[in-house]
Amino acid sequence: MELSGAEIVVQALKDEGVETIFGYPGGSVLHIYDALFQQDDVKHVLVRHEQGATHAADGYARSTGKPGVVLVTSGPGATNAITGIATAHLDSIPMVVLTGQVPSALIGTDAFQEVDTTGISRPCSKHTFLVKRVEDLAETMRKAFYIATTGRPGPVVVDIPKDITDPSVKIPYEYPRNLKMRSYSPVKKGHLGQIKKAVELIYNAKRPIIYSGGGVVIDNASGSLIDLTRELGVPLTSTLMGLGAYPASDRQFLGMLGMHGNYEANMAMHEADVLIAIGARFDDRVTGHIAHFCPQAKIIHIDIDPSSISKNVSVDIPIVGSVKDVLNDMLRIIREGDRKIDNDGLTSWWERIEAWRGLGCLRYEQSDEVIKPQFAVETLHKVTGGDLYLTSDVGQHQMFAAQFYKFEKPRRWINSGGLGTMGFGLPAAMGVQMAHPDKPVACITGEASILMCIQELATCKQHGLPIKIMLMNNGYMGMVRQWQEMFYEGRYSHSYVDALPDFVELTKSFGHVGMRVTKPSDLEAAMQEAFDRKDELVFLDILIDPTENVYPMIEAGKGHHEMAMSPASKQGGQR
Amino acid sequence: MKRHIISLLMENEAGALSNVSALFSARGFNIESLCVAPTDDASLSRMTLVTTCSESVFEQISKQLNKLIDVVKLMDLTEGDHIEREMMLIKVRAEKEMREEIKRLAEIFRGKIIDVSDNSYVIEMTGDSGKLDAFVHVIPEDHVIEVVRTGVSGIARGVKSLTL
Repeated sequence: MELSGAEIVVQALKDEGVETIFGYPGGSVLHIYDALFQQDDVKHVLVRHEQGATHAADGYARSTGKPGVVLVTSGPGATNAITGIATAHLDSIPMVVLTGQVPSALIGTDAFQEVDTTGISRPCSKHTFLVKRVEDLAETMRKAFYIATTGRPGPVVVDIPKDITDPSVKIPYEYPRNLKMRSYSPVKKGHLGQIKKAVELIYNAKRPIIYSGGGVVIDNASGSLIDLTRELGVPLTSTLMGLGAYPASDRQFLGMLGMHGNYEANMAMHEADVLIAIGARFDDRVTGHIAHFCPQAKIIHIDIDPSSISKNVSVDIPIVGSVKDVLNDMLRIIREGDRKIDNDGLTSWWERIEAWRGLGCLRYEQSDEVIKPQFAVETLHKVTGGDLYLTSDVGQHQMFAAQFYKFEKPRRWINSGGLGTMGFGLPAAMGVQMAHPDKPVACITGEASILMCIQELATCKQHGLPIKIMLMNNGYMGMVRQWQEMFYEGRYSHSYVDALPDFVELTKSFGHVGMRVTKPSDLEAAMQEAFDRKDELVFLDILIDPTENVYPMIEAGKGHHEMAMSPASKQGGQR
Repeated sequence: MKRHIISLLMENEAGALSNVSALFSARGFNIESLCVAPTDDASLSRMTLVTTCSESVFEQISKQLNKLIDVVKLMDLTEGDHIEREMMLIKVRAEKEMREEIKRLAEIFRGKIIDVSDNSYVIEMTGDSGKLDAFVHVIPEDHVIEVVRTGVSGIARGVKSLTL
């Protein structure tokens, strides 16, 4: 088969099994767009801003486990994509970003729409390629997908100068399926000796806890995590990124940990004598002040990325390997061993945990007058029966959703945890909806976040994406306002958006359904109607209490045991 | 804090060097010298990198370097017996009675005078970094015109080697 560079790009996508890509055309990628036009296997979703393309591909990847694919042009096309690339990078999301580049002969001349794309994307991607010869194109595409999806996944950028895709130059094409790279061979199996040591430590633990993270979701290891946790009978807490990997309704689940984590989760971390960290990376929002972090615990850390281990917190038993493989090995060793887990020994540990849990750290003051954001999330859970793909933007609504929407399955909670990218929610929901056309998909957002990628409402119209947008509208950048209230004596510097659009009319102008809810008593019916309109995008502008804060909270510089509680929890609080 | 000499083999490809140097600046690692050239296998470059840091930071540096896709293999030379060498070209003012004096000093340090003009020498010298420092130190400061150093390159002693 003889193909041009442009055709090679498209054929390679087919050979990788790619069904959907997200992109925006421009001068440097016109050859590729022409090749796309002449086939039907790869579907292209035209976004309205390249940031939207990357977030959409990211949402597609998070909800399926398959790599997200982006196609954008050189210069501003590439720079607009950077935020989305960095977002995927920090959360280890497999993504392949194809960027056009000016013709090879013009590179370095400050040509029209030229930017050093590999240079700009290098620090925020897993790897970058600049294709120098059309003969290298097929292998580079294969390498990009291989690197993006193996080991610790991440975004890979392939920068393709326009002359490389010249339709008049055809070369023989064969896709290199059995690729081997001498410089890249991620481990899969964990070291058995280390795993046995870890099991031994767990057997002898009096106050063990599992701290599981996004790595469990990424490695599709949810089943193994559930099996191991139940086998051991130990408590489990999850990071923001790991929510859903373990069913939230289970008694052994203590909720999220960290800055806005549950009291019982953070206290258990503080008191634990053995910490089993699984696919989590000891992020500063999780650990609080590092000097106070798990002061009594021996730490086991399972992670596919060796550089994650002992990066922020020094670890006693490191196990490098695929989370799923290591957990399965652990389970096998435990089940084959003659030693039994001493469940009675954990009784007093569980009693303490139940006492912390009894405090009701998520308690909030309900109101008949004004919609509380916590109530809104609880209502969303009720209306959707807990079965929903929920994407989020960044801020208070994100934390409320993480706390109050009880996720039972992995890949259902889709948010920018590492980079904290406002504007992520709506385009990510587009990617999720493309991947799951018949499933309910909602985006929880704030009035500040949604305006960062509001243009994508047009994409939703064009591609018929019936996303439900749940806007927690409090007129403030809520999280910024909360910090200003707590740490800046209420000086609300530029956190109030004084000229908001009428979101209902705005939505209508894009051709969608917009509704406003102001009373708690109307909320459930409105949400029900939104989800009943199966083929339409519905934008619910939910006016919520502008003064509500996210609790509980570990303030910066404090430890897990020094949480600030909500006024409602304090009132009802008995130890 | 300890000085480490890291030797690494990496793919001889565009961007590989940038990946290494960008890593050091992005993660705030200190880098004292860096020396890189292709090896006998033209598809591989060998880099020698000197850094002074704590053990925990060194662990991160080596893990992060290993994580780079272009890096094939890596070794901490300072972990075992090794040889380190650096080359220096130094241009010094050499006039009147100092012409003889500087020539003698260069001989003591086993340097070679490789360029001579009416009032200057260029001396080529190889050794570990300490020796080169010492030589620069013995030349009177106002006689030093220009110093060019390659940075350290090194190799392990005995059969231990960094090859594919």
